[in-house]
Amino acid sequence: MTESRWVRIGLRAVSFGVLAFLYLPLLIVTIYAFNPSRIQTWPPAGFTLHWFGEAAANPAIRGALLNSLLAGAGATAIALVLGTLAALAVHRFAFFGRDTVSFLFVLPIALPGVVTGIALRTTFQTVGVDLGLMTIIIGHATFCVVIAYNNVVARLRRLPRSPEEASADLGADTWTTFRRVTLPGMGTALLSGGLLAFALSFDEIIVTNFTAGPGTRTIPIWIFTAIQRPSELPVVNVVAFVLILFSAIPVYLAQRIGGDAGR
Amino acid sequence: MTAPLSLPSSRAHRFATWLHRRPRVQLGLLLSGPVGWMLLAYFGSLSILLLNAFWATDSFSGQVQPFRWSLDAFGQILTNDVYRTIAVRTVAVAALVTLTDLLLAFPIAYYMARVAGPRVRRFMVIAVVMPLWAAYLVKVYAWRTILQENGFFEWILTPFGIQAPGLGEIANSWIVLSYLWLPYMILPIYAGFERIPPSLLEASADLGGRAGITFRRVVLPLMVPAAVAGSIFTFSLTLGDYITPDLVSDAKFIGNVIYDNSSLGNVPLAAAYSLLPILIMIGYLLVARRLGAFESL
Repeated sequence: MTESRWVRIGLRAVSFGVLAFLYLPLLIVTIYAFNPSRIQTWPPAGFTLHWFGEAAANPAIRGALLNSLLAGAGATAIALVLGTLAALAVHRFAFFGRDTVSFLFVLPIALPGVVTGIALRTTFQTVGVDLGLMTIIIGHATFCVVIAYNNVVARLRRLPRSPEEASADLGADTWTTFRRVTLPGMGTALLSGGLLAFALSFDEIIVTNFTAGPGTRTIPIWIFTAIQRPSELPVVNVVAFVLILFSAIPVYLAQRIGGDAGR
Repeated sequence: MTAPLSLPSSRAHRFATWLHRRPRVQLGLLLSGPVGWMLLAYFGSLSILLLNAFWATDSFSGQVQPFRWSLDAFGQILTNDVYRTIAVRTVAVAALVTLTDLLLAFPIAYYMARVAGPRVRRFMVIAVVMPLWAAYLVKVYAWRTILQENGFFEWILTPFGIQAPGLGEIANSWIVLSYLWLPYMILPIYAGFERIPPSLLEASADLGGRAGITFRRVVLPLMVPAAVAGSIFTFSLTLGDYITPDLVSDAKFIGNVIYDNSSLGNVPLAAAYSLLPILIMIGYLLVARRLGAFESL
């Protein structure tokens, strides 16, 4: 089927229109980050770098950033360990309920986020666990496992078994073979899975808002509260701009690794 | 591999040898961590949530009374019109967002997969993926600045004599949620177009099918699984969102009722109401599986 010339031109116009739609909001926030006025009106009144200094000196932002990094690191570590274990089990063994395992992991992202959030918060409150960084990590890890699992299982399917068999034949035990053969083979899958899990955790608010409790703020929660106070908006613009810049890093890394992290 | 292998006498090695002959134990050790975590943290939580939906609240203090069974929460939801209105509104917006994203995703995905050259295609894939990595709240906040009074929309619409909607309108939730989930729709549909073998289209053309007919009779039916796969994201993510509706409009969603009641301490009502999105999504996923969407994820 060949498209006529006009169909092609129409398709191109719509496609680049959609791309413009995707980038317009990001562009506008970027411009606002340099707006000297405290009041947000379009078009902006001029150009300043003043708010960058204010944002860098803001202790609430620093605290939130630290919490976000800790939560991301904790959740990613748990997700990688659990996801790898499950991937090894599913890949190496045939057992009753094998198909259910991947369904088990995908459910927290298939069901609406608000459900995961309310379920975890209700449980923590019923059992008597104080909300804080720990409960944030538990929530994030729960929906990050599937990402690590998917990445590792996809890699294991592509890895040949022969190097592991050779390693065993040469006298290496299970641990040595895993450490020297299997783990290096999974390396980039773990990297891209970890990257994706960390990014998901760093960005999460729907569940985090339920499990954070009043004292602990992550970057998304800080933005969420600061948005609703007009005096904070100039600093929010700067944080938003920096986060937009950061979003290029994983895309670049995913291209370099060539893994499935771009998805 | 330069270092010599560890000497085969250590305890770890003996354990490895023992383990090697017992695949069931290996499997148990591998699975117990991840499955235990999911059962405890996720399904345990869902069960406790379900229990809470049937617990009574003290009529004076509003305190939850564990293990005092009551159907009050369900009674409130079924008798109060507000809860029905909010449920219908949320599902309607989720359907509308899904439809909007389908209409926007089809042309760009088709262009990427079948019209654009390899360089443009690579550029466009990256361009579609990149906004996914940009923070969710940054994007919602950006839309707030666009939609608010004296914002970008007002500036661009006023010369045409059109009144900008301003914050508060329910249409804002539709626009912003369609924006947020659009890449989740474009990517599976793009992959779906890529999977269609060109020979099929040639066969249709050889048999006299013109472009329009080939698209309708050959391409569209083959795209159903991909479209349904994308719609799982757009539908479920809209159904579960309460931050965006809160920030860009006054119209509450299912998630707002759940969050507000949970924060105010009326946990049984929040728990009972959260069964609604769970049931809707389970139904949606069952239909999606029948339509073959899971192979396109």
